[in-house]
Amino acid sequence: MHDLECVNLTRVFGRHRAVNDVSFTVPRGSFFSILGPSGCGKTTLMRMIAGFETPDSGDIRIKGKSVLDVPPNRRSVKMVFQHLALFPMMNVGENIAYGLKCRGESRSEIARKVEDVLARIGLPGVAEKQVAQLSGGQKQRIAIARCMVLEPDVLLLDEPLGALDLKLREQMKIELKLLQHQFNTTFLYITHDQSEALVMSDTVAVMNAGRFEQIGTPKELYNQPGSGFVAGFVGDTNRWAGRVTGVNGDEARIALDQGPEIIARQGATLAAGCRAEVFIRPETLSLAPIEGANQVSGTVDSLLFNGANSRILLRSGERLIEIAQGVMDATTPVARGDSVTASFRPTHALAFPAPEAG
Amino acid sequence: MTARTTLIARLLAATACATALCIGAAQAETLRLLTWGGYAPDNVIALFEKEYPDIKVEVTLSNNEEMVAKLRATGGAGFDLAQPSHDRIFAAQSEFEIYKPLDLTQIETGKMQANLLEAVKANTTIDGAVYAVPHQWGTSGLVVDVTKAADVKDWSDLCKEEHKGKTSMRLRRTILLGMGFSLGYDPFALYNDTAAYSEMLDKVADKMIACKSVIKTYWNGGDDLSTLLLSGEVVASESWDSTAFKLYGENQNLVYVPPASGALTWIDTFVIPAKGRADDAAYKWINFVMRPEIVTIMSDSTGAIAAVEGGIELLPEAKKAAVKLAFDDAAIANMKFFANIPPGLEDIEGKVLERIKAASGN
Amino acid sequence: MKSSDASRLTLILLFTPFALWIILLVILPQIGVGWLSLREKLGPREYAFGFGNYLDFFREPIYWNTLLRTAWISVLVTILALFIGFPVAWYIAKIARQRSRAALFLMCLIPLWVSDLVRAFGWILLLRETGIISGALQWAGLSSGPVELLYNDITVVIGMVYTVVLFMIVPLVSTLDGMDNALLEAGYNLGGSRLTVFRRIVIPYAMPGIVAGCIITFMLAAGSYLTPILLGGKNSMWFTEQIYEQFVTRYNWESGATFGVLLLVFTSGVVWLGLRLTGQNLASTVAKE
Repeated sequence: MHDLECVNLTRVFGRHRAVNDVSFTVPRGSFFSILGPSGCGKTTLMRMIAGFETPDSGDIRIKGKSVLDVPPNRRSVKMVFQHLALFPMMNVGENIAYGLKCRGESRSEIARKVEDVLARIGLPGVAEKQVAQLSGGQKQRIAIARCMVLEPDVLLLDEPLGALDLKLREQMKIELKLLQHQFNTTFLYITHDQSEALVMSDTVAVMNAGRFEQIGTPKELYNQPGSGFVAGFVGDTNRWAGRVTGVNGDEARIALDQGPEIIARQGATLAAGCRAEVFIRPETLSLAPIEGANQVSGTVDSLLFNGANSRILLRSGERLIEIAQGVMDATTPVARGDSVTASFRPTHALAFPAPEAG
Repeated sequence: MTARTTLIARLLAATACATALCIGAAQAETLRLLTWGGYAPDNVIALFEKEYPDIKVEVTLSNNEEMVAKLRATGGAGFDLAQPSHDRIFAAQSEFEIYKPLDLTQIETGKMQANLLEAVKANTTIDGAVYAVPHQWGTSGLVVDVTKAADVKDWSDLCKEEHKGKTSMRLRRTILLGMGFSLGYDPFALYNDTAAYSEMLDKVADKMIACKSVIKTYWNGGDDLSTLLLSGEVVASESWDSTAFKLYGENQNLVYVPPASGALTWIDTFVIPAKGRADDAAYKWINFVMRPEIVTIMSDSTGAIAAVEGGIELLPEAKKAAVKLAFDDAAIANMKFFANIPPGLEDIEGKVLERIKAASGN
Repeated sequence: MKSSDASRLTLILLFTPFALWIILLVILPQIGVGWLSLREKLGPREYAFGFGNYLDFFREPIYWNTLLRTAWISVLVTILALFIGFPVAWYIAKIARQRSRAALFLMCLIPLWVSDLVRAFGWILLLRETGIISGALQWAGLSSGPVELLYNDITVVIGMVYTVVLFMIVPLVSTLDGMDNALLEAGYNLGGSRLTVFRRIVIPYAMPGIVAGCIITFMLAAGSYLTPILLGGKNSMWFTEQIYEQFVTRYNWESGATFGVLLLVFTSGVVWLGLRLTGQNLASTVAKE
């Protein structure tokens, strides 16, 4: 049984197809993210599910029933807005009780549920506080509680972490995931931040120019991207252009524009002679020699320190190659200006046909 | 600190100089007139300024009540020559001291119509000093559309049922006096007997309140009145003769009718405010506008008759015809000159007017 | 040391015009009027100090009836202005596109470019017996004879609503403009009907604007002079007219000053009552959180 099912959804604004023939299903109780750059149509998609936009074609089903004719206030889909949209004229308790009152529940029932949900999000006793008195993270949790108290089938979250500072954002990622487990409700999460999507989601859909490029688990998207766009958008990567000189099974021989010629794994079918792009993640490049691997050489341009995510930048021709360096201290074997050779296995170099030049 | 003080001192000095200069210039050149609409037409001002190039005329338009109020507010400053009606001088002067005595030797009183001059002098002499001389006179009476309301002959005829919704008046003291005459009283004779005057006003108020259901609305000014009559919405109304004469020019059916009980006659005067700063210029203006050729231009603009010998003859032709149509000798003989209003009387009248306005008619 | 001197001077210079304005044009005249109202006139140039003028006001039913009437019509005008102004403000702030918004706002301002008097005459031209509307009704066969639409209280109310409605719209637009549309969507999304969203979210959010607009329009209406007099006709009484009469026609400044003080006190009282009844306070209106 799927909590949410979208079938061939399309929404057109003038001549711009904001959402173009999108289909997907979200299984009950899962955390589903839609990841895409801004302007890719993910907000329009979410607004259609919430009922604020009407699709030009296609269908939206919740628990198997089409909701196209159901007005937004009757859909069992609740939404956490980008800036949370907590009602400033009500205190915390009233904010949470709002939906219950609209539903016409009894006063005592409302009081019980408000207290209950506040306890579940770990903020007991704040019902009397004003919204302005809460911290950013607390507001976040109240916004979720306000929806969850209504026990929706699907909770939509529209980049709710965007306004938070980095430290809090990292913390809230984990907290959101925990809340989702606790409520055991289907979450549909929209973001342009790939790390949010990768950390929290059971399933991620990568969206680009109104279409879904790929749907899969975070691991699949990261390790087996289905297109050049996904490979480039999800996670850090080096991207080199070249020409296919030969194909052998699932491997291809590619002459990079900046040299040399390497062996790469085909992400999509390639033909000899066509243009291709090769994606190599920084952590798969090694300064230690590897038997039978591709090799690129250059000079160390700089060392970028960022704790466990530190990078060595290698200048090779006109390109800069990013190489991951987990430990950067006195034991680091290279220094600026050294000539080195980096190796990577053909299986870690993923080649896709180059996008047509626009 | 010292530097700043010096700067401020200098600024102050400069400002003071500038102010003094302005005042000086004003004294030498500006004649500030406080008068009625039409009483200082542009063409007359142009002629005056041509003859006296060092005098500049500034005009503020007003009415009797506002003239007194304005001068009272400043203790008689801000204007160099004002033109209230002759009955508005005595009380205002006794109570607020807003005028200064006139130097009659500066005014060519010989040109003025003797009986009007004497009437004004008699009304405005306080402690032997004369405060006003006449300029123009006119009457308050009725304007009637002769094709529809030829039967309206007296003030009280405005309340006739057959003209229901078609008559108008101005809710001011003039109509109280008119109704008083119409009811057979002589209000001016009762002026100094407050009790009797109040009694008369009560009768007048009863009449006026009963009358409310007949009249369409009270008018507020000449434009108001003109529109009501020219549109045909009103067929008979209280009116100033000057307004009526103008209406006659546009529609020959609209005729001024001096009420049977006598047209109420006012004389607009010249007075010099207590703190006027251009007395010479003021006297020059008075003498200038009394010249026969100026009188005709002025009367054309005001619609009123100049207080000079043969004033009616000096009216422009069209107005002369209207006046002659309205006034026969009997009507002229029957004119009632407004008498001096004793202090306090207007307060009593004001209360009566309020009572009439507040009473609900339909 | 130097810089704090300079900044203090700046502060004084900035503050002086405001202080002068308040003291010279607001406080001093009020004190003058208050003082004048306590001066009883015994005869020509004879005065005594006391509350006689106030007693006179309460002894004369015409006066306080006029004041009550003025207040009641002004309240009506305020309510109507709110009902008319709110949808207009809503349209400007929430529905109109950014570009047409300025044009719409400007259109609301156009009536302010001509004087009160001209606007009143505009109404007179439209509404009089031989006026445009009466003519149109007869032409359309809706009326057999001329219709007089002028000279009654309804006309006064219409004319005044027209004059003051802008002062309702401006504060409403600026509050509604600041409202995030997400609040409305959240209101619907959480199950609210249109009415619930309007009542529980829009109205409370717009409350500072509503209160500000109502206070301004009420004060403007109660203090207006030309519109009620020109459109009002023979039975119309307006308190400012009484004040004018006292000052100008009857030379009775003492009583005029008394009426002025009473109008100020009474309208302030009505505003206070309105705030109490709707559970608002002035501070939250002026200084929104």
